[in-house]
Amino acid sequence: MPGVIRFLTRRRGGDRWHWTDIVTWVWLIGGLIIMFGPAVWLALSSFKSPAALSKFPPSLLPYVTQEVQVDGFDKPLPLYEVTLPDGSTAVMAEKRRIGIIAQMIDPEDPETVVKVNIQDREPVEMVEFATSNYSKPFMQFDFLRYLWNSVFVTVMATVITLAINSMAAFALSKYQFRGQSLILIIIVGTLMVPLGVIMVPLYSIISTLGLFNSLWGVILPTVATPTGVFLLRQYMLTIPDELIDAARMDKASEWQIYWRIVLPLAAPALAVLAIFSVVWRWNDFLWPLIVLSRSSLYTLQVGLNVYAGQLNVQWHYILAMTVVTMIPVILVFVFLQRFITRGIATSGLK
Amino acid sequence: MSADSSRQRYTLSGLSFAVIRPVMGLIDIPLRALQRVGGQTGMAAFFILPNMAVFTIFVLVPFVINFVYSMTGGIEIFLNQRDFVGAYQYKEIFSCADYLEPATCKQDGFWTAAQNTAMFVVLQVALLIAVSLITAVILNREIIGRSFWRAVFFFPVLLSPVVVGLIWRWILQRDGLLNAILFELFGADQFNWLVDRTAAFAATIGVSIWAHMGFYTLILLAGLQAIPKDLYEAAEMDGTPRSRVFWRITMPLLMPNLLVVLVLALIRAVQVFDEVFVLTGGGPGTSTMYIVQYIYEMGFASELRNPGLAAAASILMGAVLIVLTLLQMAAARRNEKKGAN
Repeated sequence: MPGVIRFLTRRRGGDRWHWTDIVTWVWLIGGLIIMFGPAVWLALSSFKSPAALSKFPPSLLPYVTQEVQVDGFDKPLPLYEVTLPDGSTAVMAEKRRIGIIAQMIDPEDPETVVKVNIQDREPVEMVEFATSNYSKPFMQFDFLRYLWNSVFVTVMATVITLAINSMAAFALSKYQFRGQSLILIIIVGTLMVPLGVIMVPLYSIISTLGLFNSLWGVILPTVATPTGVFLLRQYMLTIPDELIDAARMDKASEWQIYWRIVLPLAAPALAVLAIFSVVWRWNDFLWPLIVLSRSSLYTLQVGLNVYAGQLNVQWHYILAMTVVTMIPVILVFVFLQRFITRGIATSGLK
Repeated sequence: MSADSSRQRYTLSGLSFAVIRPVMGLIDIPLRALQRVGGQTGMAAFFILPNMAVFTIFVLVPFVINFVYSMTGGIEIFLNQRDFVGAYQYKEIFSCADYLEPATCKQDGFWTAAQNTAMFVVLQVALLIAVSLITAVILNREIIGRSFWRAVFFFPVLLSPVVVGLIWRWILQRDGLLNAILFELFGADQFNWLVDRTAAFAATIGVSIWAHMGFYTLILLAGLQAIPKDLYEAAEMDGTPRSRVFWRITMPLLMPNLLVVLVLALIRAVQVFDEVFVLTGGGPGTSTMYIVQYIYEMGFASELRNPGLAAAASILMGAVLIVLTLLQMAAARRNEKKGAN
């Protein structure tokens, strides 16, 4: 192991460990645990039965007490490893429990009852993943509906965002017209107008337009994002105007120039904006929370919050559904992390 | 990489032959007619119109009528049903015996939220930048698998605030992982992290740093990598101590990025809401009630709904954000000048 570490690290000060090398690796390993640990813990917990969830201190893996079917009993009985008064141990099932005395029986011989102090026994446990945490909510609650609402909002908002933002960016980068700089100033000026500032009047506009309790009321206010226009415009400015002039010589219409020349060339910037739009819209919370009051319209985020806010929180379902909500973002993270980090480093987006 | 992109192009063009091309061609017919009437430059209006229309209705108009809103009273939500009350809401907010004592204010909720937010902003931004800077400096060292480590710290940035809030609620609860670790290590008693006022406040700071530090680390790392390597080589030749190199070379050259990060972090921290709302719901009491949640509850949720007051509060928050944005623009301009020189 020290050899591996030595191979993996390039240290200052030759063979000696400089204190900065130690700090570096402590920081990195600690970061790994702190950044991934909570999500991993959530995922592990999501497979536990309600009984295992309420145990303290919690176990890493989902354990359940093994049960056995005994003749003469309707329900399966829990199994325990019992230390008998004579010092020997045996695996027995619990018939019933009164106070601190448990009546134990041998599953093979249900007639003889042994009374044992509950201190003298340990439950027989096995690892079992409670997949019902995942399957049940899909049937019992409206999670499939929430999932569908979230997908609808995300896809629609992203498609519209890309379409109208790229058109506006095209106009702002490839044409000269009056009011152009004014529009640019307004767009840049509102880059930082957050939802928190305008949510009261926005709500009344949405209501006036009849979009309250409608998924379109969630989608439309988010699609004309100044960030997107700005990012795409900066990128399209780098596309040479000669290409466009050449296309005009060939009698291409302005619309054809837009979608056959500029759009394909702006594909990298469009891809970055698409990834961000998907992540933003999938994760949106405050605005859907305001616009959607009918539970059949909830997005995953709103639905999760409502269920988690109930008096008797059913953590085993909440945890499982949180994991489901995380999956698309994790997929984006695994496959597109490179694009995203490049997008942030070059444009300060997010 | 090249094989990959060519495959993507292939599938894209397959789709485009089947669907996109015919549709776009169909759209082109009326647009050619439009172009004959309006000319080339006239088409600019067509391209910019959809975006400007949506933008105007859903950003610009709300932005403007927010001012009108803040000067009306009552609980009705539609503007035409509301009475004009002039600066009443602002007077309400600012009628305070002692601004530092929320209890002496008429709108004590606002001042509690404002005070909490101010405290949150100062502590969170200071810690956030410290942690991001340390991480960026460490990631900038010659370590194996830098892109992996960069991804590690970036991962929570993509998680939704609701997921972030739930993950940490699960860990910080009474039977949660944190208590379990403290119990196993020190035999500590179970502690209600989210029920204690100070602990809950600290938790909101810690969780928001956890969720966002990757973003700032990335920007700072980009700045660090832009610093010319020969400066460090020269310093090494001269036998300059490491700490001196850091304070005399790294920090001054990183300053522009640090400034941008500082302002961005400030702007975001002022608006803290979602993950805190899921984590603590503003509680216990009002100890983690921040300004956006106050606006949300005043505008939509609470029994004592008062949209005019919410609008006034949001304008005050907007004013703070505009000052911060102007700061950021000034910082960005200074950067550009530096880059040009």
